[in-house]
Amino acid sequence: MADIFWWVIFPYITLTIMILGLLYRYAFRQLTWAAPSTNFFEKKWLRIGSPLFHYGIVFAFIGHVMGMVIPMEFYQALGISDHLYHMGAIWGGGLAGLMVVAGLIILLIRKMTIDPVRIKAGFADFFSVLALLFVAGTGTYMTIIFNTMVIEYEYRETIGPWFRSLFVFMPKYELMSGVPFIFKLHVVSAFALFASIPFTRLVHIFSFPIKYPARPPQQYRSRSNYRKQGL
Amino acid sequence: MRIKAQVAMVMHLDKCIGCHTCSVTCKNTWTNRPGTEYMWFNNVETRPGPGYPKRWEDTDRYKGGWELQNGKLKLRAGGPITKLANIFYNPNMAEMEDFYEPWTYDYDNLIHSPKKENLPVARPVSEITGKYIDKPEWGSNWDDDLAGGSEIVPLDPNVEKMQEHIKMEYEKTFMMYLPRICEHCLNPSCVASCPTGALYKRDEDGIVLVDHDACRGWRFCQNGCPYHKVYYNWNTHKAEKCNFCYPRTEAGLPTICSETCVGRIRYIGVVLYDADKVKEAASVEDPQDLYEAQLSCFLDPFDPDIQEKAKEAGITDAWLEAAKESPVYKMAMKWKIALPLHPEYRTMPMVWYVPPLSPIMNHITNEDELDTDGYIPAVDQMRIPVEYLASILAADDTEVVRKVLLKLSAMRVYMRGKTVGGVDEFKQSELVKEANTTPEEIEEMARLLGIAKYDERYVIPTGRREMDDDLHYKQGTCSLEDLAPAEGVNPTFGMMKVRDNL
Ligand code: SF4
Ligand code: SF4
Repeated sequence: MADIFWWVIFPYITLTIMILGLLYRYAFRQLTWAAPSTNFFEKKWLRIGSPLFHYGIVFAFIGHVMGMVIPMEFYQALGISDHLYHMGAIWGGGLAGLMVVAGLIILLIRKMTIDPVRIKAGFADFFSVLALLFVAGTGTYMTIIFNTMVIEYEYRETIGPWFRSLFVFMPKYELMSGVPFIFKLHVVSAFALFASIPFTRLVHIFSFPIKYPARPPQQYRSRSNYRKQGL
Repeated sequence: MRIKAQVAMVMHLDKCIGCHTCSVTCKNTWTNRPGTEYMWFNNVETRPGPGYPKRWEDTDRYKGGWELQNGKLKLRAGGPITKLANIFYNPNMAEMEDFYEPWTYDYDNLIHSPKKENLPVARPVSEITGKYIDKPEWGSNWDDDLAGGSEIVPLDPNVEKMQEHIKMEYEKTFMMYLPRICEHCLNPSCVASCPTGALYKRDEDGIVLVDHDACRGWRFCQNGCPYHKVYYNWNTHKAEKCNFCYPRTEAGLPTICSETCVGRIRYIGVVLYDADKVKEAASVEDPQDLYEAQLSCFLDPFDPDIQEKAKEAGITDAWLEAAKESPVYKMAMKWKIALPLHPEYRTMPMVWYVPPLSPIMNHITNEDELDTDGYIPAVDQMRIPVEYLASILAADDTEVVRKVLLKLSAMRVYMRGKTVGGVDEFKQSELVKEANTTPEEIEEMARLLGIAKYDERYVIPTGRREMDDDLHYKQGTCSLEDLAPAEGVNPTFGMMKVRDNL
């Protein structure tokens, strides 16, 4: 029963909250949709913390795609041995994880000690940083310490297929029962974090201006016709 | 040819008295909300001086505007790829200390202080943190009227590059006011800097605006504008800038800074330009050619061919008529007495400045005995060095500024001859020839610069509204709706907490 709750109901509930929340905020609260930067208040620490964290999380994201989304058979077909894969994951993932954690700690200390930044930060801002720190902390611990000290756990046989099964609406929750606790904790806390995205500054993840290099530098809009032109 | 209309402004610097009325009325209209305290859509700076924000002309530091790289026009702060790589941290952005930490005073203490031996004082309180500021050390206009003197003046980037040492002795020094708003450029680098495309230039009137729904707060526009006229609202996390009071200009009224200008230095009018020419003009090799290149983008509203094409482009008769009467067209394009601010930034600014003249004449002691041609060398010895003006208004081309000053001097001599008498034959003088003008032109100029009334200074056609669907609904709505808190209310923005310390 508990398995069904944690590996079927909980992920779907959190993802639903995330999607509906995002739609709601996009439709009705766009004025609040921004990357709420404090670059204006303080720049010395942000300069180190922010790129460290953000680039780390981009790498970590790529790592998760490689581990969770791409099936194990793919690597085997390419002739990449399990050991080689794990060495790559430990080194690459470990580095990304450390970047994220170090970046977050710098940002958190900055948020707590620099006056205007602290005073202007709300509950949601601290929550996001702490939640990210928890998720990233467990992830980094798994990658570096658990994998090397306890057991080189093959999550590509359990968590990976379970994660993919969520998206075809046939969750294979039974795969998750034997997963080590620390991995379970990482997954559950990550889904909880997803649910919080629409209500925090994290919405800016979805704003990465990917189209910028392709658009003409100058933008004209017509005062009276721009709605009709669909802009 | 893509004909577009632009509502532009001329400021006649001779008449600015540095009263800051424009800044204050602008602030009361647009930026009296939390997060906007430090924003001065209109500011008036004393020159020489560092300006606002401090040293905004230091393009090496803020990397605003455009530059030519191998003959191609590029954003100085880097193109889209560089921007996306820097999106997590903007290295070139000005910080709060380059502006100032906005503060108010603890007025409450004056009223509620218990009986004490000493008078209660209102201490400065930060409008951001709500904490006392022991000693405010900088603010906009901290250096007004050369306050700070020889310590502050050298911070001016224009002074830095001048050959001649600026004299700071009271009798020899110079000073002028420079009111600044957003230039509503033809080639706005703020627009090109925006990763989301939230900034745009309007087809109809060329006003450059921020779409707040689309703005994501990436802040590249803030330093992307070489004039530093886009501000980041720390409260809503959106960019804000001068909007040329579009709700007023659409109704045919001048901007609030112009409406209230005490010196009546401001002129607003329509000019027609060819949008297809802009990029080429902004890409000319020599920065000193940019002024002429910019002038070549404008179209003659009296040319029947242009009128025809403008109508095809959807420009109405009312706008064409206004373009003919436009004071901006007269001063900047026809008489060429108004110059663009820092043309070398290659943004093609659309607020033009008539350089100040009066201080030269203060230099002359025996004006009664001076013959007309005696004014020619006077122009070169003026109290505000031509070099300084050229650094601000002509990409260091002193000849451009000199020509304008000669014309203005010729006007002064001619009008003086007319009203006071006593000058020698004007029409044959060297001055008229050098200034390349005629008495007819001078009389027209003198009228517009000196005594023009409201409807000659502001020739603004109304915006078209006939295609709007629900005008009745829009009646009385506020363009800052959702953005500005209702008056007197401690605001909350969606899910973000906003100051509750004050
Ligand atoms: S002056 Fe105005 S239009 Fe020009 S770049 Fe700056 S903000 Fe943009
Ligand atoms: S109101 Fe007019 S005269 Fe006064 S400072 Fe502003 S521009 Fe100058």
